[in-house]
Amino acid sequence: MREKQTGFWNRSGTKAVLASLISIVIGLFVGSVVIFIVGVTNPSLGLKSVWEGICLVFGGMFSTGRNAAGSLTFGFNPTSVGNMLFRATPLILTGLSVSVAFKTGLFNIGAPGQYLMGTAATLYIALSIPTTAVPAGLVWLLAFLGGILMGALWGAVPGMMKAFLNINEVLACIMTNWIAANLVTWFFDGSVLCNVVESGKTGYIYKTTFNGVETPKMGLDLLFPGSQVNGGILIAIVFAALVSILMGKTTLGYELKACGSNRHAARYAGISDRRNIVLSMAIAGGLAGAAASLYYLSGNTEFFWSTYQSLPATGFNGIPVALLAVNNPIGVIFTGCFMSILNISGLQLTNLTAYNEYITDVIIATIVYLSAFSLLIRGLLNGRAKKTEKPAADPKPAGPAQSGESREKGGGEA
Amino acid sequence: MTFLIQQTLIYAIPLMIVALAGVFAERSGIINLALEGIMIFGAFVGVFFVSQVQQAGTFAAAKDAGDWVALQGFAILAMLTAALMGAIFSLLLSFASVNLKADQTIGGTALNLMAPALVLFLIRIVENQNTIQMAEGDAASWFMIKKGYFGYGRTESMGFLGETFVNRVYLATYICIILFIVLSIVLYKTRFGLRLRSCGENPQAADSLGINVYKMRYAGTTISGALAGLGGFVYALTTANCTADGDVAGFGFLALAVMIFGNWKPVSIAGAALLFGLFKCVAASYSSIDINGDGVFLLAQIGISAHLYRMLPYIITLVVLAFTSKKSRAPKAEGIPYDKGLR
Repeated sequence: MREKQTGFWNRSGTKAVLASLISIVIGLFVGSVVIFIVGVTNPSLGLKSVWEGICLVFGGMFSTGRNAAGSLTFGFNPTSVGNMLFRATPLILTGLSVSVAFKTGLFNIGAPGQYLMGTAATLYIALSIPTTAVPAGLVWLLAFLGGILMGALWGAVPGMMKAFLNINEVLACIMTNWIAANLVTWFFDGSVLCNVVESGKTGYIYKTTFNGVETPKMGLDLLFPGSQVNGGILIAIVFAALVSILMGKTTLGYELKACGSNRHAARYAGISDRRNIVLSMAIAGGLAGAAASLYYLSGNTEFFWSTYQSLPATGFNGIPVALLAVNNPIGVIFTGCFMSILNISGLQLTNLTAYNEYITDVIIATIVYLSAFSLLIRGLLNGRAKKTEKPAADPKPAGPAQSGESREKGGGEA
Repeated sequence: MTFLIQQTLIYAIPLMIVALAGVFAERSGIINLALEGIMIFGAFVGVFFVSQVQQAGTFAAAKDAGDWVALQGFAILAMLTAALMGAIFSLLLSFASVNLKADQTIGGTALNLMAPALVLFLIRIVENQNTIQMAEGDAASWFMIKKGYFGYGRTESMGFLGETFVNRVYLATYICIILFIVLSIVLYKTRFGLRLRSCGENPQAADSLGINVYKMRYAGTTISGALAGLGGFVYALTTANCTADGDVAGFGFLALAVMIFGNWKPVSIAGAALLFGLFKCVAASYSSIDINGDGVFLLAQIGISAHLYRMLPYIITLVVLAFTSKKSRAPKAEGIPYDKGLR
């Protein structure tokens, strides 16, 4: 890509990590500013609560609650770590889903729909096959594969529309998302899978443990007692490694990336661009389906089936996970964990202060916003490393990204 | 029939105005995926404004005196506030996509994530729950136009037209229709509109003729933000009884579908919005719709699931996209950051 660079700070990988870290810091900073503004303008909150809120935004992962004196305590909290890993599982997989599509030049905003379809298939299989007749392990496997397959099929729909009809995949994904939301609601409306045993739970589907199906803990519950963690996180990491090998070491991965770089050039080189676009979306869909499967097969999560008015946030959060990791499958493991750390911080914020978990969504949104012009940030980093050697490779030398809304900044070289 | 028309209009109007918002952005060359987010933001701002003004007691006297003209003025003020804040919120998108040449799809997605997060964060702080509503009374008693205002008694009928289009409707509906017509004319019959559209088709050519593409794109996106914010509040006012909870049930995306279905043209968009509004209306209340007033609930008897009606707009849009994509008239330069060097 760029000219051969030596030295740790000049490697493009280092710069990518650095750019992501900068985005994260700015995101956390924006979150703190929002807390500050709200805390200061609201007389019932005050400066002390602002300070506590900001502490939790940065270090909620290590919060251990409040001590007798009422001040926040921090330390290693194995339950939080376990929960973090549990929540990271679907995020890593949806992040992989979005990043595979990105590598093929597609924006998979359809992950929420694929996630929902995966959910429906997984729950249906896991709850419908009686474990009295079939071993629970086999049912688990079937449910997991069913979720992946359903997600893949749903992902292939916008893929085919893109490949054969040249319809913008973003629009097709948005439409299929809402169709999925309605289909899943329709599927479960009045179904026998709705929880009628526990009172007040008819809005939910049975947990898979109702049929004795759940993901094995693989000893992780001993490591992180009291948390929801299970073997799913290991499966997610294996998937990340597999995707990494697929994209980096195989012909198929090369073809997918070639289509992403330039669809027409790839076709000229004899690569079937249509097949690869469909395939890429199917893989992406399968990964999103796997995310849903692992989340709901854990046995301690419930699915609220009347979802026709809302899409699962986990699907959308795959986008920041992938963007922060610059679409690197191994990087996705870490950014997935980071997103779930934010989640945990948000929960602690809700439990311990007057603020609430939505501030973490503000942080996530800020990070996505920054990644929209991450190229610019990386360009800045490059510019700092070697100021003189860059003529006009980047279209804009521009000032810092956070300088506010200076309208008249104009753009481009005059 | 009256019920059907009124309900359809209630759903169709926000769709129509937000789809027009999409048109203004895309015709200037910016893909505004953030319509949903801006709607959410506008809905919150409008409801928050209403609730704050109610608490301040500014219009309490007018309400007690039954001065409905003043109350309608109150509604218009809230609409203006929502539009203004929507426009300001959309500056985030135009700044990223015009000045920083960012990926517009990701930028829009960021705004879509940002709006519900920020709104819910604030609502929880202000209200200690996930919904913000009017400080007192409900939308119908404060903002709805009723026949009593025109000297009709409770049992007197205003005739079919009066009952349908005057009694129990919101002024917002008509303001949106007028706004829609005026802005469509602006887009097609004025110098500004022509320039705006040229920036979405061939910005290089427009620039060579002395049009400031950056300014035009800012203008397009800002108008878009104002309309989407307004649409969000109108949605909250008319369908959600003037409450906001960080969600507009995918109306922003549905508006995007309306825009595509309407082929980026105002007249077709109005038609598409009415069609989709009809679907929404049927899905919401198909079991109680009595089309010709003979006491037979035809739609309920057909037995088609409400879920299907809800799904139909999206399916239709996909099908329409499938059939028209070869000759689709999307603005040519949409989504491409303008680079002077490419001229």
